[in-house]
Formats: sequence, C-alpha cells, structure tokens
Amino acid sequence: MGATITEKILAAHCGRDKVKPGELVNCEIDTIMCHDVTTTPAIEMLEKYQIPKVWDPERVVIMPDHFVPNKDIQSAEMVARIRRWAQAQGIRKFYDIGRHGVCHALLPEQGFVTPGKTIVCGDSHTCTHGALGAFATGIGSTDLAATLATGKLWFKVPESMLFVISGRLPEGVYAKDIILKIIGMIGVDGALYRAMEFCGEVIDDLSVEGRMTICNMAIEAGGKSGIINPDDPTLEYVRAHSSENFTVYHSDPDAVYSCAMEIDVSGMEPVVAVPHLPSNVKSVRQVGDVPIDQAYLGSCTNGRIEDLRVAAQILKGRTVAANTRMLVVPATTEIWKQANREGLIDIFMEAGATVSTPTCGACLGGYMGILAAGERCISSTNRNFVGRMGSPKSEVYLASPATVAASAVAGKISDPRQYL
Amino acid sequence: MKGIAHVYPKDHINTDEIIPARYLNSDQEAELARHAMEDLDINFTQKVCPGDFIVSGDDFGCGSSREHAVWALRGAGIRAVIANSFARIFYRNCINNGFLAIECPGAARKINDGDRLEIDLVNGKIVNLTQKQAYAFQPFPEFAREIIAAGGLMEKIKKEMV
Repeated sequence: MGATITEKILAAHCGRDKVKPGELVNCEIDTIMCHDVTTTPAIEMLEKYQIPKVWDPERVVIMPDHFVPNKDIQSAEMVARIRRWAQAQGIRKFYDIGRHGVCHALLPEQGFVTPGKTIVCGDSHTCTHGALGAFATGIGSTDLAATLATGKLWFKVPESMLFVISGRLPEGVYAKDIILKIIGMIGVDGALYRAMEFCGEVIDDLSVEGRMTICNMAIEAGGKSGIINPDDPTLEYVRAHSSENFTVYHSDPDAVYSCAMEIDVSGMEPVVAVPHLPSNVKSVRQVGDVPIDQAYLGSCTNGRIEDLRVAAQILKGRTVAANTRMLVVPATTEIWKQANREGLIDIFMEAGATVSTPTCGACLGGYMGILAAGERCISSTNRNFVGRMGSPKSEVYLASPATVAASAVAGKISDPRQYL
Repeated sequence: MKGIAHVYPKDHINTDEIIPARYLNSDQEAELARHAMEDLDINFTQKVCPGDFIVSGDDFGCGSSREHAVWALRGAGIRAVIANSFARIFYRNCINNGFLAIECPGAARKINDGDRLEIDLVNGKIVNLTQKQAYAFQPFPEFAREIIAAGGLMEKIKKEMV
C-alpha cells in the first residue's frame, strides 16, 4: 500500500519509514514562522515557564504583518516586544518595515518554503505553503511556544482527500474560483482534520501563485493542510527563490485517500461567496445586481503580482465607479516594487483606486479599510464571516481579483469577462 | 462541575465571532473577555456566570487560529464548550490550555438555553439537571488526556525538558 505526500513528509520528520492516518507523531519542524498577533502570547509563555532560549533560532522566521505598520500604541508595543525578543534570542530572520509583507506571501518569496519541509505558524492560513509540496499547518500560540521551545510538535497524521481538477479553465475563471467552488461543494467543515491534496491537468497548468491561492483556502473547508505534489514549475519557483537543500516527496499511485473527487472546471463561471460563510458560493450571474461600497484587492489569498496584473488589465483606461472605493494592498514589499516597475501602481491610481503598503490590515478587520454598518465589500480575501472586515452589520463577498476589479468599475458585483 | 447552558445552536461559530480581530491588539484575558462573543450576542458577557457552559452545533471555533478565542471565553467565565464537533485548531488550543471542549453530537438540539448542567468527566456524561436527562460525550483522545493531566501543553513540555 502506498503513501500520500503528506504521510511521507510526516514519516520523514519523526524518524519513521511509514505513518498511517490517525497515528500520533512527534515531528521535527523545519521552519517556524511568527507574526505579530500570535507571537507575543507565545513569548509570554516561554518566559512564564522559564525557557530561556528557543530550540534553534535559525529555524525561526519573524514576519509581523497583521497590524503592521503599527496601527495603534498597543500593536506598536507588541511588535516592539517581538523585536527585543528576537534580538535577545539571536533570531536574524526578521522582516521589519521596508522588507515586510503578508507572511504567507513573504515566506515562499523569501525562499523559506521548499518541498518536503514541515512548516508551522500561529496563523490558520499557513496551509498556503503546501502549494510547494511542503506540509504546512496553522497552530495556536501554545503550540507555537512549544515548537519554539523544542523544535518539535505533535500531530495526528491526517487522512488525505484527493481533488482532481480536470478540464480547461475558461477565460475569466481563476484559481480563486476553483477553490471557492470546492468549498461550496464540501462545506466549511468538509475537510475537517484532513489534508486536501489537489492534482489534475488544471492544477498542472496553474502558476505556482495560483496554486498558493488554492492551498491557502484549505482551512476554509476545515482542512489541516492543503498540498500539491511538486513538479517542474514548483522546482523552477523554488530554485529562483531559495538556496536551501530539500527532498521532494510524491504521493504513490496506490496511496490511500479517504475520498477522491473529480471536478471538471470546463463549464465554470466566475463565482462569489456571499455572506457570511466562504461556502455560500454562487455564480456572479446568480447574485444579480448587488451594489458595493468597497472593493478590496490584497491578502495572503490574492495579493500577489499575478493578482495585481489581472486587476490592472481590467482597470487600465477605466475608472472605479462613483460612490465606490477600491483599495489595493500588494502582499509584500517586493510585489509592491514589481507592480511599480510594471506600471500597475499608476494604473490603479489613475483609475481612482488607492494603493497601500503591504499589511493584513482590513482583511481581518484590523485597520486600513474597515467597513461601516450597512456597507458591502467585494474582496479577494478568504473570509466573509460576520464582522470580518469591520462592523458586524457589514457584508463581505469573496471573489477573484478579476471579479473584484470588474465590480469596482461597475460599482456592483460584476462578471469580469465583459472587461477582458 | 455545574453551571448554566448558554445555547447557540447554529453551526460554524467562528473565532472572529468569539473574539473579533479588532481586539487582538491585546492578549490579556480580562480585556479579551469583555468582548467575548460580542458580534454574535452583545449581551453574552452579562449573561454568563463563572462556571457556565456554551452549547453549540457543528464545527465550533472554525476560522482563524487565534488562541485569544479560548482565553476570551475562559476569561468571561465559561468552564467548557459543548458542541457537536470542533474545528481543528480551536480544539487543539482548548486542550493545550486545559480548557474543556466536549464533543457531544446532538447536544444543541437536546439542551435548552438556561438548562442547568453537570459535567461528569470521570464517567463521560453530561447530566441535564433541568430536564433530568443524561448524554454521553466522546472521550478525550489519548494525547488530550495526557496534556490535560499535565495541566496544559507547556506544563507537559516543561516536565519533559527537565
């Protein structure tokens, strides 16, 4: 009986030849990423339990992003504390302002994600990094403190679900539409405790960035992780960004899955997730005329250069509708600079949008684009829970960057295909 | 362990509802507790007495990994959450804090808001003192029992490190 890529990575990190779903394993963690919100409590725990040094400062990467640049005095104090702690611990990989970005976009960009690794972070969207064939999962602050202290973490080996994406992706339909469709099919707990493995000809043809969008939202189906077997585009991306050595694992042809679903995307249309769950998925056509107050382009889901390019293509020579505001938040400093070099920043500004520095900011209702009661936002982000981007009486519709840009131009939720 | 049940029967109560991100610039339990569940039920903190329980549907605690959700509920006085099922990260966070996340499918259907409950951890049952019924709950997995017995994950790790 064969093994899945997830089982192989976990086995290799607990010194075993093989592991089975349901087994408890204590795994070596290769990369521990820390951001501003969940790390301070972990530091407090380490101090409380008098653990003076982290297991290995070289495995720790610090990327403050949620309320960065500091949104208020309290968040400034949090980051200041992390800065002091990192210095005392000898943690050198600290991505402060000027090199900052949304951690799940920044980590692979800076070469810390390679195939076969185990990666944890006190953030649910850590599953993003499975796009490069790593096992990556989100944890809380106590798990983070434990991993910082010991370099290891306990896992129950997850069952894997296989999603075979077949057909040909129509124009105007993107990776975001695919993952929203899947979440709509299986529900927000459809993959609870399990690894979501994606494959098929459509995945093969997707860019690495598109694959990150897909794996990023595994958590929105309750998944422990999302993962894609590495192939040539993966290795090209990794070699361009990283000098680390790595081991590539692949699922065996006879690996066992708890279920396998084939999804043919050939006839798909652009979709949105309507309030207040990511699983409330409808085609843009089905939602009818829904006016919007704000369009938000950014986040760890869809704030990468490819996302900005497709939005700019739609916004070029057009303007954001009256009574609608559009915010563009490139996910990392490098993406911001690249967008600037390509003239995308000019296109956004000329269209009447505004472009901010990288931050998680408004995606989670932190700052820089908060919604008032009664306001509605179309967003390239990942969650449309009650109050997610501001007032509990506001609404968030989730969509692809193209649909966000098209909706900004029209002032209502709109199909991007008419602008392509 | 006795207390009043606060029943929120809906599924997928997420950590943004349990503690909105606008309050995550603090990690102090007392401060977080003031805002527990406020986007779902603005009167929550006034209703809860120390030792009370939340009873809910499927997939409680989905969404963000913020452990602040556990701290906010504990700080507000909640002793345990009883739900049909739990989201993975929230469940781990509960165990790691020695906070009780009790899986009891159907609980939200059987228990009425305001019922007085007693949780019997030894025999794995919830006794509904108001309705004079008892419901068995899923035993904690082995790793969870070990962590709870140690008094939380950090206690366990500290012991193992010495």
